[in-house]
Amino acid sequence: MNVRLYVWQRATAALMVPFVLVHIAVIFYATRQQMTAADILSRTHGSAAWAAFYTVFVAAVSIHAAIGVRNILSEWSPLGHRAAGWCAVSLGIVLAMLGFHAVIALVLT
Amino acid sequence: MSAPGTKHRGSALWLAAMIHRLSGLALAIFLPIHFFVLGLSFHGGAKLDEFLRWSDQPLVKFAEGGLVFLLTIHLLGGLRVLVIENFDWHDGQKRLAMFGATVSAVVAFIFLVRMF
Repeated sequence: MNVRLYVWQRATAALMVPFVLVHIAVIFYATRQQMTAADILSRTHGSAAWAAFYTVFVAAVSIHAAIGVRNILSEWSPLGHRAAGWCAVSLGIVLAMLGFHAVIALVLT
Repeated sequence: MSAPGTKHRGSALWLAAMIHRLSGLALAIFLPIHFFVLGLSFHGGAKLDEFLRWSDQPLVKFAEGGLVFLLTIHLLGGLRVLVIENFDWHDGQKRLAMFGATVSAVVAFIFLVRMF
């Protein structure tokens, strides 16, 4: 892993610490309440705070996961660094697209 | 006799690093599914409701407990790495790793107790 990727990996990890803690609290709350889709959407729809929170979270996790998977592919698979890099970029793009779509679905639609 | 360079394997801290890596990989595999499911609410909540009803079965709840465990242990393992890399070294790293695993198991257990 080069220095640039290392810094991105650690910076996104540090950034996500409070996000993950809040997300775990949300998981506990949502599952305890036995929420329906209407219950969830009534809490998230039109909320700028949740939109900002999960937009940053999705961006950070897409970068963090892509770099992590790149490291694993480079070290554990027969793929070379270049191929592992392309796989990681693809994963990052897919995660970001699906993640932002989910944020839009929960907050804006 | 162990192969050269493999003697460390099986030690508590090697195991902690391996669990951190594998939990991250599992979460990376799970995330696209998670995002896809949440995106089902794009055209209203009917499809998401359908999924939520499907997920209300014991095996799925156990799997969700496993995911909570993976997320918590990856968080705590990552925190340990950040502390090691950015602050002065402290002894007791094995105990810290064990503590992280125990906390993760307890959090997942509490989650499951609340679910059932």
